Amino acid sequence: MAEQEAIIRVRDVTVQFGKTRVLDALSLDVKRGEILGFVGPSGAGKSVLTRTIIGLVPKVAGRIEVFGIDLDAANSAQRRAVERRWGVLFQQGALFSSLTVRQNIQFPVREYLRISQRLLDEIVAAKLAMVGLKPEVADRYPSELSGGMIKRVALARALALDPELVFLDEPTSGLDPIGAGDFDELVRTLQRTLGLTVFMVTHDLDSLYTACDRVAVLGNGKIIAAGSIADMKASQHPWLQQYFNGKRARAVVA
Amino acid sequence: MCAAGDWTARFAPALERIVSDAEKLRGSRPHIFIDVSQVASLDTFGAWLIERLRRSLSDASAEAKIAGLSANYSSLVDEVSRVGAAPKADNDTLSITAMLEQIGRVVVGIGGTVVSLVDMLGAVLAASGKVLIRPRSFRLTSTVHHLEQVCWRAVPIVVLITFLIGCIISQQGIFHFRRFGADIFVVDMLGVLVLREIGVLLVAIMVAGRSGSAYTAELGSMKMREEIDALRTMGFDPIEVLVLPRMLALVLALPILAFLGAMAALYGGGLVAWLYGGVDPEAFLLRLRDAISIDHFIVGLVKAPVMAAVIGIVACVEGLAVQGSAESLGQHTTSSVVKGIFFVIVMDGVFAIFFASIGM
Repeated sequence: MAEQEAIIRVRDVTVQFGKTRVLDALSLDVKRGEILGFVGPSGAGKSVLTRTIIGLVPKVAGRIEVFGIDLDAANSAQRRAVERRWGVLFQQGALFSSLTVRQNIQFPVREYLRISQRLLDEIVAAKLAMVGLKPEVADRYPSELSGGMIKRVALARALALDPELVFLDEPTSGLDPIGAGDFDELVRTLQRTLGLTVFMVTHDLDSLYTACDRVAVLGNGKIIAAGSIADMKASQHPWLQQYFNGKRARAVVA
Repeated sequence: MCAAGDWTARFAPALERIVSDAEKLRGSRPHIFIDVSQVASLDTFGAWLIERLRRSLSDASAEAKIAGLSANYSSLVDEVSRVGAAPKADNDTLSITAMLEQIGRVVVGIGGTVVSLVDMLGAVLAASGKVLIRPRSFRLTSTVHHLEQVCWRAVPIVVLITFLIGCIISQQGIFHFRRFGADIFVVDMLGVLVLREIGVLLVAIMVAGRSGSAYTAELGSMKMREEIDALRTMGFDPIEVLVLPRMLALVLALPILAFLGAMAALYGGGLVAWLYGGVDPEAFLLRLRDAISIDHFIVGLVKAPVMAAVIGIVACVEGLAVQGSAESLGQHTTSSVVKGIFFVIVMDGVFAIFFASIGM
């Protein structure tokens, strides 16, 4: 896999909140075009790493490159260019509560592109259809949506500008199994058609099996293991043993 | 027809123009193929524009077709081809009827406000009744916590502002009374004004801005995060748990703050009278004793708890009326402060009439 270019390169990143060290000299590569599943026990710092890469959490030490650009060294124009090329799906959706679904999805597009209202509306319809929602949802407010619909709209917004890289923070939590399955399928389709790179924090074993090319496991502030599902199952690490060979994992494979 | 190059979001504005030019060819030829084999890269924007072109070139007799699609992009184009027509955004129309409708809604809204205030007053009284019957259900810790927030922490700003207002009243009084040689009457004016009106009114307005808004924002964000529904499902009455301690804290706090404010204003006024007007403290106190009676003081302090109750009720009604959005939280916090101050001033007027008619 050495010939593939790393789209995210995390090197020796340390993040500390007060006295607690959440990430300890962590290094990780995400390669172009892959779907990386990022797992770990609750509270291990999966979301913290995601937020550190995006630049929402300051790091104490280390270096992060996205699309080959060091985000600390980048000026604001470069940063904006990078931000335009990624999309983020937050755990709680983070839709703008005072805007309708339509306006939420159009918001990033309006910022970056000068296109007609007609095309904007059509793009909204296309994105909603892609994430499996009916066009009628467009004029509702986030407070009028169910949890699963919020996830889908948030994904539609993250994909609004057709980014090359998407961060998904627990995308399938709160979805019914069929919806979650569709979601995985959707991520796969998008990855195939758009050449998308996906960084997915998840707890969903189904997603790991069906959608992810590679899995990285976080524990004690470091990456314990990274590789294919088969590698994970073969690992002797006790947490991995429990996670991939536990009762629920067997149910998934069967 | 042949499409080539990058059909991606970056070039969407230009692509849109090309597509709308191409759409004019509609009906000119029977069979149209859109050749996309030269397309270097494609994303949803590009795929949709090609699909849109295909649709507008198709008619009942002949359907335009997309040719030369590479395997990579066929699933994307398939995905896009399933998209239905875009729903129209409903635009607000500006018209006479809309304006009249707006006025009507405002009037109904005012009625609704009055009803909800009375409703909240009733609910708070009912909750206090319940607490009186079962004193153990009273939330002392919460009340003390809110008392600290609205009373203790408000003392510095309240004292500072009333002190300054006292100084200003005194300075202005001396400046104008001096022309008649009536400097000493500034003490009468200061005493009556501060004890009867300014002290409590000013403090009530500050409390409405400071604590009323905080109550609305707290209750509103709890409402948004379904915390209030959670309380209800656990068998707690939100009025008893959230509103009553806040109301009680405010009703206790405002008289204390009004008293401190009145003292600070008298002190400030006295200081200026001495340093600027040459009225020494002894003469000031002597004159003050003659000028004011205990009645003025009582009139001032009687108003305080009533104003506190009005501010508290308005703040809690607005807080519980918050809907799901951040915008709604902002609107209700604003209207909490605006209505709070409005009702405080109305109450002050009502009290003035009342005290005048009973001769106090």
